Amino acid sequence: MKEFFAFVRKEFLHIFRDRKTLLVLVGLPTVLIVLFGFAISTEIRNVNIGLLSLDDDISVLRLMDKLDRSEYFTYVGRFDSENAVNEAMRRGEIDAALVFPAGFVPAMYGPEGAEVSVLVDATNPNNASMEVMYLSQIIYGYFGEDMQAAAMSAGHSGGGGRITPNLRMLYNPQLKSSYNFVPGIMGLILLLICALMTSVSIVREKETGSMEVLLVSPIKPINIVLAKMIPYFVISCAILVNILLLTIFVLKVPVEGSFFWMILISLIYIILSLGIGMFVSSIVRTQITATLLCGMIFLVPVMMFSGMLYPIESMPVALQWFAQVIPAKWFIEAIRKIMIEGVPVRYVTTEILIMVGLAVLFFTAAVVKFKDRLD
Amino acid sequence: MEKSGYVIEVEHLTKRFGNFTAVDDISFDVRRGEIFGFLGANGAGKTTAMRMLTGLSFPTSGKGRVAGFDIWTQSELIKKHIGYMSQKFALYGDLTVNDNMELFAGIYGVPKAEARSRIDLLLDRLSLMPEKNSPVKDLPQGWKQKLAFSVAIIHRPEIVFLDEPTGGVDPAARRQFWELIYEAVDEGITAFVTTHYMDEAEYCNRISMMVDGRIDALDSPHALKEKYGASSVAEVFDILARGAERSE
Repeated sequence: MKEFFAFVRKEFLHIFRDRKTLLVLVGLPTVLIVLFGFAISTEIRNVNIGLLSLDDDISVLRLMDKLDRSEYFTYVGRFDSENAVNEAMRRGEIDAALVFPAGFVPAMYGPEGAEVSVLVDATNPNNASMEVMYLSQIIYGYFGEDMQAAAMSAGHSGGGGRITPNLRMLYNPQLKSSYNFVPGIMGLILLLICALMTSVSIVREKETGSMEVLLVSPIKPINIVLAKMIPYFVISCAILVNILLLTIFVLKVPVEGSFFWMILISLIYIILSLGIGMFVSSIVRTQITATLLCGMIFLVPVMMFSGMLYPIESMPVALQWFAQVIPAKWFIEAIRKIMIEGVPVRYVTTEILIMVGLAVLFFTAAVVKFKDRLD
Repeated sequence: MEKSGYVIEVEHLTKRFGNFTAVDDISFDVRRGEIFGFLGANGAGKTTAMRMLTGLSFPTSGKGRVAGFDIWTQSELIKKHIGYMSQKFALYGDLTVNDNMELFAGIYGVPKAEARSRIDLLLDRLSLMPEKNSPVKDLPQGWKQKLAFSVAIIHRPEIVFLDEPTGGVDPAARRQFWELIYEAVDEGITAFVTTHYMDEAEYCNRISMMVDGRIDALDSPHALKEKYGASSVAEVFDILARGAERSE
């Protein structure tokens, strides 16, 4: 056992002597979280909006004022023709415009109802559809109240009596994009550290020839590998805590479900990733192949197929199947369910079992492979 | 410890990989406290033989005892009683001289207090004391090799296996390195050395020459030269190697 700890100590020394790598390990998750959380936000903000209205109706102007006060829109000004609106949009002065036809307010109370046009610059289709959704919600809400008030004061059920859609965004009522990517970042970073760093560090010993000396020494080969995992396990746990603190206190994403299970699932995932790292190190001989293998086989697919950037449901069926074999996908899904939806743990047993199964699979394969190599 | 004065006893050791016989029925003994030169061209089977002696792989057939332990059943015990220095520099460049020494003392289970005094002694002998806390990668090549040797004998093994220990160092540094080997041998450690340098073979008490997986000659350098009527070990080697069928 003393031999084992002498070896674990050495692994820690390797990591702490290499300040730059350590800084990257700790800094990367922080930078990613802040970047995704604030800079690369997929929600809309400060959309410049114009108005085309031929009447001087007070309720229309009040609506524009309400939009201006929201953090999503900035009211730029009023235009007097459709051409002027087009021009402004081309020049980039406005991103969206509301067009109220003449006689809009009286028509609204009439039996036919009224129409308002929402024009948006759809050069960026994602933003455009978000803007349309936000705008229609605000307009419905605003005129709905207005009409109700009018009906009350008039003492009869007001004109049209139309059904207004009631859109509710569940689990993420503010449509904050930061909710979605946090589990993705966790899946990516933990895999990066556990699988990539561990496999590179094991393979480095093969490459420099020190593995040969270690194999001749009394330390058991399996202990060499286990000793390598301990420091990365500790660092991963520290990073996990760091990510969670940033998420909760800086991004202010609430953890809806059980904290205990979230941590436990993360630990299972860390162990699974270490298994992947060990497996990779048992099949390659050089650090460069280890890096490529981890990068191409594990990291890139995590980005593409884990549902972090693109929803898996909208992929072709073949790719959907492919997504099922990506370990991180199960982790991200489980964390998303517990952290954001706040479901009880019995709804994520499938994910947990698959992760445990994969971990057992990778460790077994690695140990078998490792024993093969010895002779 | 053991009855005989031999630390390595090998009988009819053979290793085959498929149809290829890497080591072909070799038998030899190494006496306690001698410097045994294990010579042979590349591909002659030196490395394979050494792997079997150091417990890294099992022979296909034959018997062998290293430091008194059976190579078939007691490889774990063998590993505790031998030291090994590889032809590649295998210390950790990013760790300090002291870290490396402590690590290997730890791996071989040298008690803490004992390890401290041995490390200080070795550092003193190598005059590396001032460099104690510098990373190993900053040392000159010759010093690295001397350090690697000191690390290999830090647990006072019965035998130290040196796999081409002086590759890539200049003649002066090689000379100094051999002085370290002599010092270790004076302390009772047996040295088992493979080398390419025929002048180094002259420093050995006895040498064996492997050709095509067999040991074709084994004696003191002096006796071998007489037997083959050669003026140097290199010449003896040339005469023997001429008959080789395998080469790189």
